[in-house]
Amino acid sequence: MDLLPQLTQYAFSGLSTGAIYALIGLGFAIIYNSTGIINFAQGEFVMLGGVLTHFFLMVLKFPLVVSMAVAILVATAIGVAFERLTIRPLKRPTPLSMVIITIGGSIFIRGVAMLIWGKDTHSLPPFSGNEPLVIAGATVMPQHLWIFGLTLLVIAANKYFFYYTISGKAMRACSYNRTAASLVGIDVRRMVFLSFAISSAMGAMAGIIIAPLTMTAYDVGVMLGLKGFCAAIIGGMSSGFGTVLGGLLLGLLESLGAGLISSGYKDAIAFIILLLILFIRPQGLFSKAQTERV
Amino acid sequence: MKRDYLLFILFALLVYAVPTFFKGGYLLNVLVFMGINTMLAVALNLLLGFAGQISLGHASFFGLGAYCSGILTATYGFNPWLTMVIAAAGVGLLAFGLGFPILKLKGHYLAMATLGFGIIVYIVLNETVALTGGPSGLSGIPNLKIGTLLFDGDLKNYYLIWTFALVTMLLSINLAHSRIGRALRAIHDSEVASRVMGVNARLLKVQIFSLSAVISAVAGGLYAHTMSFISPASFGFNFSVELVTMVVIGGLGSIFGSFLGAALLTILPELLRVVQDYDIVVYGLLLIVMTMYMPKGLAGGVAACWRLLRSKKVKAVENAQG
Repeated sequence: MDLLPQLTQYAFSGLSTGAIYALIGLGFAIIYNSTGIINFAQGEFVMLGGVLTHFFLMVLKFPLVVSMAVAILVATAIGVAFERLTIRPLKRPTPLSMVIITIGGSIFIRGVAMLIWGKDTHSLPPFSGNEPLVIAGATVMPQHLWIFGLTLLVIAANKYFFYYTISGKAMRACSYNRTAASLVGIDVRRMVFLSFAISSAMGAMAGIIIAPLTMTAYDVGVMLGLKGFCAAIIGGMSSGFGTVLGGLLLGLLESLGAGLISSGYKDAIAFIILLLILFIRPQGLFSKAQTERV
Repeated sequence: MKRDYLLFILFALLVYAVPTFFKGGYLLNVLVFMGINTMLAVALNLLLGFAGQISLGHASFFGLGAYCSGILTATYGFNPWLTMVIAAAGVGLLAFGLGFPILKLKGHYLAMATLGFGIIVYIVLNETVALTGGPSGLSGIPNLKIGTLLFDGDLKNYYLIWTFALVTMLLSINLAHSRIGRALRAIHDSEVASRVMGVNARLLKVQIFSLSAVISAVAGGLYAHTMSFISPASFGFNFSVELVTMVVIGGLGSIFGSFLGAALLTILPELLRVVQDYDIVVYGLLLIVMTMYMPKGLAGGVAACWRLLRSKKVKAVENAQG
């Protein structure tokens, strides 16, 4: 096999998983920027997106688009409920207690999903058939194109929301300085609520569009969530292009590493990159150094 | 301070007396695991409860200790006691080297970095099949032996493991009451303030991280030599989380709390075995509810009950006199 088509092939699959990591990473970054919390349960919303869509589509026989919409709604509702029930009542949140509570939430959501839908892996049908396309000598599944398209759409919508709507601007104000934001009349609690809603919706979206390629099950959220976090770290926890670039870079490196070095170490690559970045450039690859992260 | 030692002596007597009530069998086996978990929880508590530094990768030190000792004895025929020392030293050095860059990070970043390290170790244990046996595990690890006494039964293992666990607890109680213990708590409250007061916070954090890793590695060696079989599944991310849970549920910074947390999380899965699949749900809920409503853990809860009881008693006495 020629090297060039092979590399193109790896690049395509790497970039599409990278797009997924980017979506998940953006979810992390949005919550982090408005609340200072790393939501370890983020991956579970990715799982919920895939598993719920499968449930609505295959068991309740809804049409695909309706299943997707309902799945995203339900996942968002769960994300919001999670914030209401566990994070808001906390009187004196510390990073440690937040880490443990969100891990607890992640275990709980995963457990309930396992009880309801079992331990089997499910697959979703691709959105537009299984007929592979040939682009530059590499075979590409139509689903890859769906992933690129929808990710772009979500990122554009995100950009619009954060820069051109009053709620989005208010959320950005919160991420700069919560006290100052509340002083000018921004309801910080509502912003926290919104950030959980947006990031669980985005997570669910990511889970849905990747499910036709990688299958879905109650336990897929852990790894995807952690990879998304790696993407956000590479991007310096920005809720913009840094994280998107981080996700794409991570997906690409992983895919090349798996193809050219060893597929067994595929998951290790992401974490080695994570450690290197945390050790050398904890502020992320694309941003200037700030004060110490406390 | 005196009360801690008194409590420790009572606890040790109780531990050594327990096997006279049930000889051998399933329950004793559970208690052996409880001993190993106690060691691990106490070790993690030194880092998490005293110094306030989270580690979501502590299962990897446990695993590295177990595999190092397991491979050297099962494959290369070394003496188990020697390999446990080698494993402890090796893991300690690794943790010391890793500690400097990793403990510069704080909060969530530290959690993620330790988690990443844990996952890398887990993947390496799975992938280096020639060395570790891969996912199907490593078997034929010999039992520990003193002279002609071979630790092969549940009862013998119980005494072996719990002796190590008690030594770990005593060491940690000593440490907590020493200058180092106070310095660690100062770092926990405010690292900047502690540094202003002349505590070498950076070095101390790395040292306690290494000590914690060494104890975990020893526990790993003990685990390998009592089980005779190990596989990577026991040392994954889930177990790291379970260890943090033990410490938090038991009570941050309380040595006896770590025992309570370890005991609860060792027994709970056994009790939940009837409803197998529900255990993960209960477990997640417990984690959330305990962190939200019992931030001081079981140890704090017990202490609060004790104070409540005492104040009632005092009031009752006052009422009776008045």
